[in-house]
Amino acid sequence: MIKESFSIRGVEFKNRVLVASGTFGYGDEVKDLVDVSKLGGICTKSLSWKPRDGNPPRRIVETPSGMLNSIGLANIGVHNFIDEKLPYLRQVDTKVIVNIAASSLQEYCDVLRLLEEQEGIDGYEINVSCPNVKEGGLNFGTDCSMTRRISEQLRALTEKPLIIKLTPNVTHISEFARAVEEAGADAVSVINTVIGMAVDIHKKKPKLSTVTGGLSGPAIKPIALAKVYEVAQAVKIPILGIGGIMTAEDAIEFLLVGATAVQVGTANFINPGTGVDVAEGLRRFAEQHQLADVAQLVGAMESNVEFSILQSWL
Amino acid sequence: MIFQRLVTVVGREEVAEGIFALSLESAEVANSARPGQFINVRFSETALPLLRRPFSISRVDGSSIELLFNVIGQGTRLLASKRIGDRVDVLGPLGIPFGHQGGFDTAVIVAGGLGIAPFPFLTGLLKREKKRIATFVGAKTARQLVTRRLDDVQVATDDGSEGFRGTVVELLERNLSSNPVMRPKMFGCGPTPMLKALSAFAQEAGIECELSLEGDMACGVGLCQGCPVERANGRRKYALVCVEGPTFNCKEIVLR
Ligand SMILES: Cc1cc2nc3c(=O)[nH]c(=O)nc-3n(C[C@H](O)[C@H](O)[C@H](O)COP(=O)(O)OP(=O)(O)OC[C@H]3O[C@@H](n4cnc5c(N)ncnc54)[C@H](O)[C@@H]3O)c2cc1C
Ligand SMILES: Cc1cc2nc3c(=O)[nH]c(=O)nc-3n(C[C@H](O)[C@H](O)[C@H](O)COP(=O)(O)O)c2cc1C
Ligand code: FES
Repeated sequence: MIKESFSIRGVEFKNRVLVASGTFGYGDEVKDLVDVSKLGGICTKSLSWKPRDGNPPRRIVETPSGMLNSIGLANIGVHNFIDEKLPYLRQVDTKVIVNIAASSLQEYCDVLRLLEEQEGIDGYEINVSCPNVKEGGLNFGTDCSMTRRISEQLRALTEKPLIIKLTPNVTHISEFARAVEEAGADAVSVINTVIGMAVDIHKKKPKLSTVTGGLSGPAIKPIALAKVYEVAQAVKIPILGIGGIMTAEDAIEFLLVGATAVQVGTANFINPGTGVDVAEGLRRFAEQHQLADVAQLVGAMESNVEFSILQSWL
Repeated sequence: MIFQRLVTVVGREEVAEGIFALSLESAEVANSARPGQFINVRFSETALPLLRRPFSISRVDGSSIELLFNVIGQGTRLLASKRIGDRVDVLGPLGIPFGHQGGFDTAVIVAGGLGIAPFPFLTGLLKREKKRIATFVGAKTARQLVTRRLDDVQVATDDGSEGFRGTVVELLERNLSSNPVMRPKMFGCGPTPMLKALSAFAQEAGIECELSLEGDMACGVGLCQGCPVERANGRRKYALVCVEGPTFNCKEIVLR
């Protein structure tokens, strides 16, 4: 038997493959197609206090080996989530991580406090890639002291696993990871989408209604790997590696550079069962390499080049 | 029930300039499909193109389903290159079918360009239910006109190369004013400007009208929130075309 599980703050995930927020709805949309009990966990769509309509169309554009989205955090709001979605998620045999998005520090705290009163939630993932209304729409996640404050305040409100999801759209993501670790977070998710855009040359207009959007899919995998590697040099808390994972081989790259586990995002749109396939492939790889524990892959990349030298190359 | 299956191409035909009919063998999808529903198809094992592409189920023939599509970009070019025996990955049937039952005697089908795609399937069902059918089809030119497997068809082309010269909605308006039909219900599919014109006409004339929308999709199953259409009223501003459509009563939505 190969050990596939891992833990964050005492919560055991049965394997190292989760599905990423915003790419698996609230879990019930594809229950006919996917056996979610074969996933390590489900990260829900980001929830805010009130329902959010999201951005006007067009919200999606395919780009080479990737896609741009500007969904605008469309979600049903935490109250509807508790009434309509949580009863289903309580029954599923996998860990449920509720992702929270907000437009103020207060809202993050309010949503988490309300969720703390509910049964059936195994942990929280905090999406800090959201505009801070009080600061004129500046993204929380690109402001290191703000990211730290959110982490500290939410830490004080829960004993459950608290995972902060970092944005790659900063100069040194490791500074943010360090701030979050110091604030007491249990893990970091790396990365959220990369800012990008696409232009319609016939209409001479941006393709997305919001001009820019978030790039995801295989196109961002090399960026994500470099970010995970950078963060892995900086912190001791677990890293959930995200970005362009389509196959078990992709996931293994993330583990080797230092991710404790991975999340599958955009690939769910192509094949909702990708996460299950990746988990299975990971187990088979461990078997073939006669590993007792998938953990033996984590951070196992061999490199004799010092990381700081790599950075000064840029 | 939604199926995800690797299915085999069992038929392929170029039915008009750049317009292809492709038959896919899948008893499960064929048996559970209803007119107005669609499938989301993946036809590349690489990341180019990355996402599936949505297509209406144009017809069901025994255990196979037929797609009707034109070549627009990378995805449809690749789909057009598929040959009998090739396999594609199909997710479906998806979406809410047309409401074909109830209080109408004559189905007025209005299609612009490849908007004809869902209608052979609907026509077959309506005929079995003994409804009267009047079909109006618009195309840019006669070369891009497809009317196969439709009933009682009148044609409009932009350049006048066949039938009425003008838009299909203009043709429809003229026709209905000169020969009114008994208890009509309209079914429309096509480019957004055409659907807007049809919706305006239907609401003015007080005729019930269902529209089938086409737009950008990623997942097709409600996971990504990528396919909004504005709702005319209600608390939520948008509906998702993939799971709440693609068919909508024209009064429920606002086209822009
Ligand atoms: C529910 C549904 C059912 C559909 N049924 C059919 C069908 O039966 N037959 C058929 O031919 N097509 C149908 N479509 C449209 C079809 O999905 C697109 O034509 C296809 O995705 C184009 O893919 P591509 O890779 O060839 O083009 P892309 O490379 O994706 O696009 C090429 C260019 O065309 C534009 N474009 C892409 N899709 C559309 C669109 N839907 N409307 C207007 N412009 C677009 C893009 O913005 C881009 O500029 C349907 C769409 C939906 C949502
Ligand atoms: C359509 C879409 C919606 C997303 N919504 C959210 C969200 O609500 N909250 C969040 O934290 N991340 C969201 N993400 C980011 C993903 O969880 C993930 O971090 C990112 O897409 C990179 O992974 P991938 O390349 O595997 O998709 C979304 C991504 C996509 C493509
Ligand atoms: S296409 Fe993904 S929600 Fe409609």
